[in-house]
Amino acid sequence: MDVLHKVPVREQEAAARARNFAEVCLGYNEEEAVAEAERCLNCKNAQCVKGCPVAIDIPAFINEVKNRNFKKAYEIISESSALPAVCGRVCPQESQCEGKCIRGIKGEPVSIGKLERFVADWAREHGITPKKPEKTNGHKVAVIGSGPAGLTCAGDLARMGYEVTIFEALHEAGGVLIYGIPEFRLPKEDVVAKEVENVKALGVKIETNVVIGKSVTVDELMDEEGFEAVFIGSGAGLPRFMGIPGEQANGVFSANEFLTRNNLMKAFKEEYDTPIMRGKKVAVVGGGNVAMDAARTALRLGAEVHIVYRRSEEELPARVEEVHHAKEEGIIFDLLTNPVEIHVDENGWVKGMTCIRMELGEPDESGRRSPVEIKGSEFDIELDTVIMSLGTSPNPLISSTTKGLDINRRKCIVAKEESGATSKPGVFAGGDAVTGAATVILAMGAGKAAAQGIHEYLSNK
Amino acid sequence: MYPIVKSEKLADKIYLMEIKAPRVAKSCEPGQFIIAKTDEQGERIPLTICDYDRTAGTVTIVIQTVGASTERMVKLKAGESLMDFVGPLGRASELISTDIEELKKKKIVFIAGGLGTAPVYPQVKWLHNHGVDCDVIMGAKTKDLLIYVDEMKKAATNLYVTTDDGSFGFHGMGTNQLQALYDEGARYDLCIAIGPMIMMKFVCLLTKELNIPTVVSMNPIMVDGTGMCGACRLTVGGEVKFACVDGPEFDGHLVDFDQAMKRQQIYKTEEGRAMLKLTEGDTHHGGCGQCGGDK
Repeated sequence: MDVLHKVPVREQEAAARARNFAEVCLGYNEEEAVAEAERCLNCKNAQCVKGCPVAIDIPAFINEVKNRNFKKAYEIISESSALPAVCGRVCPQESQCEGKCIRGIKGEPVSIGKLERFVADWAREHGITPKKPEKTNGHKVAVIGSGPAGLTCAGDLARMGYEVTIFEALHEAGGVLIYGIPEFRLPKEDVVAKEVENVKALGVKIETNVVIGKSVTVDELMDEEGFEAVFIGSGAGLPRFMGIPGEQANGVFSANEFLTRNNLMKAFKEEYDTPIMRGKKVAVVGGGNVAMDAARTALRLGAEVHIVYRRSEEELPARVEEVHHAKEEGIIFDLLTNPVEIHVDENGWVKGMTCIRMELGEPDESGRRSPVEIKGSEFDIELDTVIMSLGTSPNPLISSTTKGLDINRRKCIVAKEESGATSKPGVFAGGDAVTGAATVILAMGAGKAAAQGIHEYLSNK
Repeated sequence: MYPIVKSEKLADKIYLMEIKAPRVAKSCEPGQFIIAKTDEQGERIPLTICDYDRTAGTVTIVIQTVGASTERMVKLKAGESLMDFVGPLGRASELISTDIEELKKKKIVFIAGGLGTAPVYPQVKWLHNHGVDCDVIMGAKTKDLLIYVDEMKKAATNLYVTTDDGSFGFHGMGTNQLQALYDEGARYDLCIAIGPMIMMKFVCLLTKELNIPTVVSMNPIMVDGTGMCGACRLTVGGEVKFACVDGPEFDGHLVDFDQAMKRQQIYKTEEGRAMLKLTEGDTHHGGCGQCGGDK
């Protein structure tokens, strides 16, 4: 066995998967998982755990995989994470646990993410679900948003005995896991819905179709409905646009709209009513994970797809694995390129776009070299669809309707990192609503910290 | 699930439903909307609230069938349920946060066109209940398409009914009726126009000329209704606004109607196709030349 390399994971072949929505990565089977687990050095001072925002006892669960005690492995992960099947699929392991793995100093790190996924999938296939606490402590906590932050916070609180209700604005629970991340990266029915069921199995109630700030306010939840504490995990939902001419044309979409139509509303399936534009030639503007998701979705709907990104490949904020998969599937990368204007035909539809070439200048405050326009390098491309994937900002619906809740100049809720506590007593917050758009696992870390913060607050009340 | 308390046909392709949705009924105000979804496969459909009963916990909506999702929705009867019903969404009409005494000093006229009569009604009723006078011009293409005439009669100070073909009331459109009232000496301080975009556009052209500040309620394509997708964006006074969170009501003299009308066409062929598939079943192969075909 080659200890320097990961046991390769089986994937759908690129040409085939570029035309379907089935999951790209097929995951390890038992033999592969055990072989990969053998590579773990079981370090005493495990660096990987320090790299995990929810501090899963990684060497311990991998050791159980090695011994084929998969159930025990699942129990170890479950102590720290409510969503292992999700995290095993979408966490940026290369910059977290696997980035710190000692095995990775010489050779490749242990494939921690794929092992986590294997354990979670094994547990699901064997019908293992978390157990509900025998009795509750009678204290009611409201959780706003059923995305990664909310589900984690709710799960942790329920395990401590709290009576938790999650309020979700959309008609299905899961937040970004449902509307944002596509089926081919994160299967909805088999993975997301089952993880949500697991949180419900802990006794958590989920009320969908409730828009906090509209249907009911945070103050009403506390004053009239008897919730003693509230966690706000409402995410960063408002899409950004560039502000260039032609952006209101038909055929220009936010990545949020495009992905929501496809993922939440299942527009890619024949039997669903919600329409989606199947472009012939699509430009996705942006270089993050959401841009990769939108591009690979448009590709599967039958388009030729270009990623238009103003910096170079090295600065792409998307995970390396996603960029790699996108390239394999045939996405074309137009790097160091920025849109200047969208051309519109006489009926209001997109017909093309003027772009300008960029070069990298001095590093900006983010540490990345800032792109500078090359004068006179404008060129036109023909297109029928443009998808703007430029990031999102928090929705002011909750902050503007909650008395005494402070926000910063980016409209993010101000909350203490260690406890999630906000300026309003009893109200906690975490995830993208606090940090602006980030990752699933960071939101889970914040949900976890807030659950502890809420527990301490209610214990000392 | 959200039980349907009442379901009735008001006119050709126009249906009324009363839905049990206590959270919405408790907090909604005139001018706001809801999003309803019939079943698992259905679209999320934005519909303006046209009445509510806080005690009974019910909300009344009026639906015009335009596609497969609405066709399935209106087939449901009292006793059955809608799968999803969320709201209230959008901002309430500015009227309800204006001082009542101030409102009483104003001459207010509503212009409602077609289905727009439904969202106008709760505002008129609200003013009536607060002792504020207002005139209402409501119209439809023809007599059979008029809705809410009796209810409006009770709530409006003066009601002017118009039909495009002259089959009932004033022969002409809402704009013609407004002009006629103006010519007879009527003066208004505020106009609220709700109806098809083309109607609102022409009302705004007229009221600009007559110097009457005008509020319109926009109902563009939407998905989530909470600000997340940006599908409902429109240009108001040169700025990009989201109808779902910044509206649905805007200063009609600032709205770029031509752009908004073009944006409404985005899924026209897709919606038409879904509808044909529903009505024609397996016999629909997209070769009729009417629907754009199945590409």
